[in-house]
Amino acid sequence: MSASKSIRLVACFSALTLVLFSIACNGGGSGSGSGSVSLTGAGATFPNPLYQKWLSEYSKLHPNVKIDYQSIGSGGGIKQIKEQTVDFGASDAPMKDEELKSAPGEILHIPTVLGAVVITYNLQGISKPLQFSPEVIADIYLGKIKKWNDPKIAADNPGVTLPTADITVVHRSEGSGTSAVFTDYLSKVSAEWKEKVGAGASPSWPVGIGGKGNEGVTGQVKQTPNTIGYVELAYAVQNNLPAAHIKNVSGNFIEASIDSVIAAAADSATSTPEDLRVSITNAPGAKSYPISSYTYLLVYKNQKDAGKGKALVDFVWWGIHDGESFAKELRYAPLPADIVKRAEAKINSVTANGTALR
Amino acid sequence: MSAVTENDKLGFARQYSTWRRALSPTGNTGDAVFRVLMLLVALLMVGIVVAMVIALAADSMPSIRLFGFGFLTSQVWNPIKGDFGALPFVYGTLASSLLALLISVPFSLGIAIFLVEQAPTYIARPVGFMVELLAAIPSVVYGLWGIFVLAPFLRVYIEPALAKLLWWIPLFSGSITGIGLLTGGIILAIMVTPIISAVVRDVLTAVPGSQREAALALGATKWEMIRVVLVNGAPGIAGAVILGLGRALGETMAVTMVIGNRPQISLSLFEPSYTIASAIANEFTEATGDLHLSALVELGLILFLVTFVVNGIARILVWNVTRKTGGVSRAA
Repeated sequence: MSASKSIRLVACFSALTLVLFSIACNGGGSGSGSGSVSLTGAGATFPNPLYQKWLSEYSKLHPNVKIDYQSIGSGGGIKQIKEQTVDFGASDAPMKDEELKSAPGEILHIPTVLGAVVITYNLQGISKPLQFSPEVIADIYLGKIKKWNDPKIAADNPGVTLPTADITVVHRSEGSGTSAVFTDYLSKVSAEWKEKVGAGASPSWPVGIGGKGNEGVTGQVKQTPNTIGYVELAYAVQNNLPAAHIKNVSGNFIEASIDSVIAAAADSATSTPEDLRVSITNAPGAKSYPISSYTYLLVYKNQKDAGKGKALVDFVWWGIHDGESFAKELRYAPLPADIVKRAEAKINSVTANGTALR
Repeated sequence: MSAVTENDKLGFARQYSTWRRALSPTGNTGDAVFRVLMLLVALLMVGIVVAMVIALAADSMPSIRLFGFGFLTSQVWNPIKGDFGALPFVYGTLASSLLALLISVPFSLGIAIFLVEQAPTYIARPVGFMVELLAAIPSVVYGLWGIFVLAPFLRVYIEPALAKLLWWIPLFSGSITGIGLLTGGIILAIMVTPIISAVVRDVLTAVPGSQREAALALGATKWEMIRVVLVNGAPGIAGAVILGLGRALGETMAVTMVIGNRPQISLSLFEPSYTIASAIANEFTEATGDLHLSALVELGLILFLVTFVVNGIARILVWNVTRKTGGVSRAA
């Protein structure tokens, strides 16, 4: 009697579990009704504020298209697009050749906006912006220039009285596109940096302390006298940080601004390869800011699902046209006109089962 | 602790018989079902731990194969060149956690003793509540406070003073930035103090009042009475410290924000350091190379093992202490 009772109890319990489980499963699947499309993207954190703005504006225009973007970092974005777990990826640095080769299909790079890395510092009693030539920045981050009154820094800043204090170097502690752009620049301007450290999102820094995120670096620099650090342009502008002027290829000291970043992109347009994968650090041009970079969306050239593919190309097309108008208010530099033209061609080349989607 | 377990046993026995009556009024079948269910729950926990170790080990195979034991002894961490070693991270993790315990344990004991033995209820209640509230603050808030308040305070007042007074000890040499092992250790100490003091308070409360009365009746001063209580609670106190240590070893966010994140082994407390948990959190999102990812997973495996070994050592210590104090009290 009691045995059958408890068996019944167990049976009831497991039946209940099954019911709950199946409800949970159904709930997950019932998002995509007829006529509506949902897309997922993941990747770079740097353009995330802009992409979120794009998504909210785009969903007002196209209520049937639901797009999610997860800012998990460029590395994660590349990994997920390669594993085809997202419909589009996003990365600050273009994918490497071997990464593209190991992907299951051809991946296109669509540039969306430009950013820049700003050198900021904390020095008492200096009113006008400091000026740096590339070798000086490299030597400071290599630990070869240790004092603020080093003759090399003084040579770039005539008439400025520099303190005798030690330089405290601050860098990003976490893997970051900002670090990748900065070290890419240092590798171009200093052979020693290229050989000893190289370029990458998580380099092995010769000196300095690591701050977490733009806010971590800014926190260290603001709190600690005689520090030097680097942050994104948007972040530096929003927080009114002192920003150094940096000597470009033409020998001019250039202030980081949206215009000088656009100049760097426009002036390197002729040397930009067909697939748009390019580093524009140390760009030519009299007004170019030398530590600038594109950020990209990553899209498969051949889409498996025509409906999703169509929604995706329409969204990206809208992004590099209408979407660019939101760039400046969020402190990103919009694409120069001829790069937009070349990105259009990329978008037009996307197909699903052999038929063009636009 | 012995007192605690006695109490627990009593309470559990009472609950157990209630359960038994509710589950199976007639006898054995309900017991059997209950026992099987509980066994499954317990095995599930063991299964999860085993599954985690297997998954971590499997994902770190590329790194284990390439570096072998060298991974544990190498001091190089260079994702660009694909060269990885864990020693600075292991050092940073252990050093910051031990530093945290060194600072936190005296404070925690003091707080607990004050709350249980000294303070009148109208003070003990709110103070106890405030201390426990500290445990509920998110660690990122501790981190921000560390950057904006603690680090400048250490840089301007504490570190120069330490360097001036104790310059002949290598621990207090090096450049003063307010960011480094010392700051990380202090942040951790503040974070584990509420945990340790709350558990120690419960342990002390559980020591029977008759012990105190007996000590006082024999003419002990209040301090001597407290010592009797502490000796009685020693295993429980050690357990509390282990709990705090576990928290310190695994803490990520707050430490990352103030420790300087530099993989190096330096004797100086002022120099930046790096912990295993911070390294994983910092580099995982942007790690694209398979070897880099694998090395980070192996760091996770090592953190797992470090926690395991440290807990094991702590348990052996507790066991030894229990035997010793048992002997002392018998001799007395």
